[in-house]
Amino acid sequence: MAAKPRVKVPKTASAGDIIKIKTLISHPMESGQRKDGDGNVIPRKIINKFVCDFNGSTVFSADIDPAVASNPYFEFRARVTESGTFKFVWTDDDGTVIETEKNIEVS
Amino acid sequence: MRKLLFTGSLIAAAIVSQASFTAFAAPADDKLVIDEELEMITRAKSVEGHPLPEVISGWHFRTPETRAIESDSFQNPGMLGVEQGEEIWNTVEGTEGKSCASCHDDASVSMKGVGAAYPKWDADSGKPINIELRINKCRVENMGAEAYKFDKGGQKPLTAFIKHQSLGMPVALDLAAGDMQKWWEQGKETYYRRTGQLNLSCASCHEKNQGKYIRADHLSQGNVNGFPTYRLKQNKLISLHNRFRGCIRDTRAEFPAAFSDTLMGLEVYTTWRGTGLSVETPGVRQ
Repeated sequence: MAAKPRVKVPKTASAGDIIKIKTLISHPMESGQRKDGDGNVIPRKIINKFVCDFNGSTVFSADIDPAVASNPYFEFRARVTESGTFKFVWTDDDGTVIETEKNIEVS
Repeated sequence: MRKLLFTGSLIAAAIVSQASFTAFAAPADDKLVIDEELEMITRAKSVEGHPLPEVISGWHFRTPETRAIESDSFQNPGMLGVEQGEEIWNTVEGTEGKSCASCHDDASVSMKGVGAAYPKWDADSGKPINIELRINKCRVENMGAEAYKFDKGGQKPLTAFIKHQSLGMPVALDLAAGDMQKWWEQGKETYYRRTGQLNLSCASCHEKNQGKYIRADHLSQGNVNGFPTYRLKQNKLISLHNRFRGCIRDTRAEFPAAFSDTLMGLEVYTTWRGTGLSVETPGVRQ
């Protein structure tokens, strides 16, 4: 199953509001410490970094390690002062970068 | 001073033990509301003939953290499976060039209520049929596609997607159709039959000892209204027949094949036991 991100950001907010942002991505988060049926180590494949930018500046970022379970979920808060775009970026061990964007209207 | 310290630590220990007792009391006194909108029926008066006075969803037997995950459809990882199921619903497969949607159109209309009423009587095969087998029947007879093997391909996500369309609706089986009653009785016999080296029946745990600890976990009533369920322990959707087999394996018995007559009877009977509870698919359990 290809990694597919889900993001929840309010569509509108008042300037200065603290909003709640939720993100979830489907990913196996293979730790690299398990073995398959034949005793071979299953290679590590995890999302190792998650970054959220708002209008170009970083709001939240996290380095992720193998102990995190599959389908990593992040929930965080941000104060918004202007309309703009949240950009979410997940980086996989194999170099794949998964991106998605959400706009917010701030009045 | 020494004595004072001793008393202090005793009080602390008393507080800790009481706190852990409150935190893990089961079934928990709580209400399941999905996304602060949809109120679920997680406790209901039992139907006639049920051995327990009240049926309680397995949700009540889980920790506050696990309960919170299910109450937020965004956070519920089972919803990833439901979304995948929606894609399959709209994907053309087989020689007839059809998808599920070609005939059934909008699942939120055509599949509403299906999850609450299955398993149903299937006159063609002279047996009860569940959603997994109904999907296979449709794939073979109408789509010209291959039947899904147990737990393989799109079986779990598509079943979860179809059952999810009945979210919140109370489970109600039609036992008057065909020979459903006979299968119900056969399922009941399976439910109360002790098996395995541990000599346990379903009822040993889920009826007589529900709410008590089994190792570090609480025994639920074993209601099946949340299947396919996302099990945090296994990090994926778990089908009902997989769970049946796992449970029977744990009694150290040989376990029957998925969709075998034994397990179909058990599905009819256990689903009936949860009559009145809301469909929770995809439920979240540890």
